Amino acid sequence: MTAAKVLRYELQDLRRSRWVFGYGLLLLALTDALLRFGGGGPRALLSLLNVVLVLVPLVSVVFGTMYLYGARDFIELLLAQPVRRIELCLGLYAGLALPLALAFVLGVGLPFVWGGHGDGSLARPLAMLLGTGVLLTLAFTAIAFLVSLLFDDRARGFGVALLLWLAATALYDAVLVFVAAAWSDYPLELPLLGLTLLNPIDLGRVLLLLQLDNAALLGYTGAVFERFFGSALGVAVSAVALLGWCAVPLVLAVRRFRRKDF
Amino acid sequence: MTAAPSAQPTLALPRTVVSCAGLTKRFGRLDVLKAVDLAIRSGRVTAVLGPNGAGKSTLIKCILGLAHPDGGALTVNGTAVNGDPSYRSHLGYMPQQARFPENLTGREVVRLLRDLRSDTVPEDDELFESFGLVRELDKPVRTLSGGTRQKLNAAVAFMFRPAILILDEPTAGLDPIASGILKARIRSARDEGRSILLSSHVLSELDELVDDVVVLLEGRVQFEGPVRQLREATGEHRLEIARLMQGAR
Repeated sequence: MTAAKVLRYELQDLRRSRWVFGYGLLLLALTDALLRFGGGGPRALLSLLNVVLVLVPLVSVVFGTMYLYGARDFIELLLAQPVRRIELCLGLYAGLALPLALAFVLGVGLPFVWGGHGDGSLARPLAMLLGTGVLLTLAFTAIAFLVSLLFDDRARGFGVALLLWLAATALYDAVLVFVAAAWSDYPLELPLLGLTLLNPIDLGRVLLLLQLDNAALLGYTGAVFERFFGSALGVAVSAVALLGWCAVPLVLAVRRFRRKDF
Repeated sequence: MTAAPSAQPTLALPRTVVSCAGLTKRFGRLDVLKAVDLAIRSGRVTAVLGPNGAGKSTLIKCILGLAHPDGGALTVNGTAVNGDPSYRSHLGYMPQQARFPENLTGREVVRLLRDLRSDTVPEDDELFESFGLVRELDKPVRTLSGGTRQKLNAAVAFMFRPAILILDEPTAGLDPIASGILKARIRSARDEGRSILLSSHVLSELDELVDDVVVLLEGRVQFEGPVRQLREATGEHRLEIARLMQGAR
């Protein structure tokens, strides 16, 4: 019950947050512009893919850490009430992740609906895009939660959060390319496939590109990826891996929250 | 709605409201509390004094359950503090600095805390009224001044008529008038039979308010007893208390 009460107050707080509102509005404007001037639904989806893969994790992790450091004093006041820590922790997480996910779904989804793309051939890739974006929001909010609990120093926590985002967005790929180039004589498809599962953003990218029939963009391992990720099993495995990226940081954050000295 | 103090069932207290036996707390390699033994008496205003870094805040955080002691025993209101949060329904806490969710109004913050505590006690609005907070309650907390937020912070601590009030540097962010109102309320709360534990390094508060004193120095209890006794030991001068705290190292 405590979790629900904390969730309700946080929704009340974030519903009026200019940041969350601005984030939703930005996505709305961007999606609408892409649909109007970007040459139709499928191409708009492809452009949106990059927005989703870059912007959603960035906003989730940056806004998440910012909000949690700002709320630290109030969290202490809440902890001094007769409430169980685990419930407080879960309520805080849900209250942070849900408004961000909602802003994303409305910001990207509404223009498709009023543009008349809500059903038909675009429905499935759009649903995939929204689902992936929501999972990335949940994952990177959990990461933000964990980071804000591990580092008491706000500036350092902020730096670590940004670094993690940068690592997942760009550095990880650079390392993969380096590995692929350095050991190009060996059959690396399967190891690379495994490594892709370890990065939530890569996971989202592969999943979405294959849904949008742009496997060619994936380069030389594309065939292996398509065979794996394109199949029902591949989609299921990647969805589970993404859920793991939500669950593992969240479980670690809850454990940390229960033991932490505030 | 200021209810009669006698209507408080929670005030049937043991003679000692907080007792520590060999309480230790380490942060990394730093020993913040080194085997603290304490017995804070009920129905009195007890001040925890000490220079910065003496362990005042850490002691308070241990009592509130915000920090977990590394060793020793800690009993609050007759209950051993061991992770069960229910003992905190007898505590009211005023943190040093008030930061509330900025998009909520004061009234929403109050409602949240009432929901979380699921108290059935009628609220104590006295401080909301004497601080003139009532008309500020519907504004977003963001728009309130620092002093007003601190008043809200104090009013919230008293709101649920707790048996034990824990006030961390209560008068720090308040103007003299508000500070006077709060001190009067602390005194009247004591007269109602509540126990008040406050931390401070403003020694002048001793004279007006405090019954008992605990002087912490580098994680150890340097002095524990009635303020009168401390005055006798140090020759009545506030400066001497400061010297006691400084010179004992």
